[in-house]
Amino acid sequence: MLSIISWGCSSSSKESNNNQSAQAASAQASSSGLTSFQQENGIGPIKKEVKVGKLDQKLANKGKNIFESKCSSCHQLGKRYVGPDLKEVTSRRTPAYIMNMIMNPSGMTHKHPEARKLLAKFATQMADMNVSKDQARAIVEYFRSVNPDTKN
Amino acid sequence: MSFNKQLKNILTGGIALLLAMGTFSGCSSSNSKAGDDGAAEQVYVPPGKHDEFYSFMSGGWTGNVSVYGIPSGRHLYTIPVFSQDPTDGYGYTEETKALLNTSHGSVPWGDTHHVEPSKTDGLYDGRWIFVNDRNTPRLARINLKSFRTDETIEIPNTAGNHAASFTSSNSEYVSAMSEYSIPLDKPLGNGTDVPIDSYAKNFKGMCTMVKVDQKTGQMSVDFQIELPPFDYDLGRFGLGVSKDWIFYTDYNSEKAHTMLEANASQNDKDFVLAINWKKAAKIAHQGKGKVVSTEYYHNIVDPKTNWAKSEIKQKVRVLQPSELKGAIYFMPGPKSPHGINVSPSGEYISIGGKLSSTVTVYSLDNMKKAIANNDVSETIDGIPVLDFKNVEDEQVKKAGLGPLHVEYDGKGYGYNSAFISSEVVKWSLKTGKVVDRHPTYYSIGHLTVPGGDTRKPYGKYLIGLNKITKDRYLPTGPEMFAGEQLFDITGDRMKLLLDFPVEGEPHNATELPASLIDTNQVKYYDLDKNQNPYVTRKEADAKVVRKGHRVDVYMTAIRSHFVPDNIEGIKVGDEVHFHVTNLEQEWDIPHGFALMGMQNSGILIMPGETRSIVWKPKKKGVYPFYCTDFCSALHQEMQGYVRVSPSNSKVKIAYGTNKEL
Repeated sequence: MLSIISWGCSSSSKESNNNQSAQAASAQASSSGLTSFQQENGIGPIKKEVKVGKLDQKLANKGKNIFESKCSSCHQLGKRYVGPDLKEVTSRRTPAYIMNMIMNPSGMTHKHPEARKLLAKFATQMADMNVSKDQARAIVEYFRSVNPDTKN
Repeated sequence: MSFNKQLKNILTGGIALLLAMGTFSGCSSSNSKAGDDGAAEQVYVPPGKHDEFYSFMSGGWTGNVSVYGIPSGRHLYTIPVFSQDPTDGYGYTEETKALLNTSHGSVPWGDTHHVEPSKTDGLYDGRWIFVNDRNTPRLARINLKSFRTDETIEIPNTAGNHAASFTSSNSEYVSAMSEYSIPLDKPLGNGTDVPIDSYAKNFKGMCTMVKVDQKTGQMSVDFQIELPPFDYDLGRFGLGVSKDWIFYTDYNSEKAHTMLEANASQNDKDFVLAINWKKAAKIAHQGKGKVVSTEYYHNIVDPKTNWAKSEIKQKVRVLQPSELKGAIYFMPGPKSPHGINVSPSGEYISIGGKLSSTVTVYSLDNMKKAIANNDVSETIDGIPVLDFKNVEDEQVKKAGLGPLHVEYDGKGYGYNSAFISSEVVKWSLKTGKVVDRHPTYYSIGHLTVPGGDTRKPYGKYLIGLNKITKDRYLPTGPEMFAGEQLFDITGDRMKLLLDFPVEGEPHNATELPASLIDTNQVKYYDLDKNQNPYVTRKEADAKVVRKGHRVDVYMTAIRSHFVPDNIEGIKVGDEVHFHVTNLEQEWDIPHGFALMGMQNSGILIMPGETRSIVWKPKKKGVYPFYCTDFCSALHQEMQGYVRVSPSNSKVKIAYGTNKEL
């Protein structure tokens, strides 16, 4: 449903003054509407950079379980499915960006130019699966554990 | 205090209006021009803004309850209650079908009449709405967090459950009551086979007190009172000073059983029945009366599984009026009365004199005095009849022709609907004097003031629930939605603001401030807490299991695919149970499930919830299924196939999504 709204928005943002369109319009018009933190780390509940250290395998295992129950309907590791391939997502995005994308998917696709591009490419709005901050952090750790580029 | 003498005759033109009723064009020419006087602004709710009140209207023969926003009149939702609804599969899904179980079998339709909100201290509390089915005597409880029917209960030993679903000041009890008396076995039990003309001897009326668990809202039949076979029509619990009482009107004190239109209007007076329910409950709980065999269904949704289960009850306590000394009285009332309403203070009880032009007002004080003085004129079936002159307080004369119901604004005024003369009449509770009247279009039945049956009415608006629509809207063939009318009652004169059409034929409505409800809404169900026995929490757990001829499909739905979406190995003669879990955890992202040729209903599954529907394929072939709720840009692609093979086929169960079987 939301994705339909956003499709509508992109074609009618100039004449509509509803919230989502306005947001979409600002994101479209210029990404300079975002702070440099937001451009780098996304928009959502994570407002500070998330530092990661040595791979925490226990946390990664926890993240794997959450990924399998809440994300695997649409994401696979190693190939595109409903959404993008996430095997090397930690090479492309910061931990905070990934967490914001997980916890605020429709906010991200409305406001963040990168997320918006992905919505245009994949056409399905990413679902909000009601993932907590701790769970999102664990998912990040799982992504790190499957990314061959992760340096321990 | 008696104000009879202060009454002045006020010219009303009631008869003229009655005549005008015959020619509806006459009425429309005298139509108030809502909009000329700021009315449009008063009902305008800008896009994206919300209404001030929720209005819950019984749908009458729709068997359901419809929800509107006030003042805009926008139709917000329809809550399925007693009628099956293919919108979301209510009454068709395995989870919900038990809600329609009765001792007569599954009864998938109803006739809803009175919607009553739960109360605390005589004020609405926004927890539940109670509503009755008049035809197959039942009560239902709607949860205002989910706008769903959570419970239904059948009322035993009863027919024509019209004076029902009224609630006491703290929702301790919900009332049910027979309009149509029926013969009952001795001891009471299932219907009795007797000649209809033995009505006066064998038929009985029955009042039922249904107890409400204050924590869960769960209803239970606490006790019943056997009554003479009159037609008990409407009722109201008292408020404030009268909160321990419930009052009912009745007609047919003639005990007619045929051509009631003529034969039940012979006597000059009928009765108001007053029961001190608190006292009656105390007597019942002391073990008075008899526990008799009967059979009725109690159906309730388990909040953990969202699955309704039925329980068959076989006992009920029945008291005779003679066992309720000091707790039950008749008061003579106007001939064939209809509505009965209690003023916010609880002091005054108003009765619409349906066949007259008066509203009769009793005072609780007078009633109590008459009881104390034993002013009893006769006793009917163990029920003392109080002397009329001593209980009546005032009569509102010129209340229009055919006054039916009264509502109060909390500022000392009563408003009665007048069906025959098609108008609302406003009068002072203090003097009984009519101060304003306004025509309605057409033939108003119930009327409602937000909070009009509480200690503190919100006032502000009055809604007339009209029975006849005629020319008010674009015509839609012989049948049209009922037309309701919104009035502003903040000034001295009533001001017509808006006409709005509504589903079915609402017999009664209730308005709650949006703030009591809107912040408590369930937006989705937590998947981790879903305890439906057939839940599938992740796609990896989706499966198809055969056990004999029964096949259970544990399916998931998420934007925008099902798992599994290809299923083989189903055979003609199988009973296929689809258990679809919506994996979404986001507000307003339901998924639908519909399969070609499905004989019962498609279903909608709310986020985080599981719903089950049974399909019995009759012919071999490949059957597509799809999502019916537009869920994403790839919604059209949300589809799949079930292969059905002949009953003797060797095709094995196989299933999956995005893989070859």
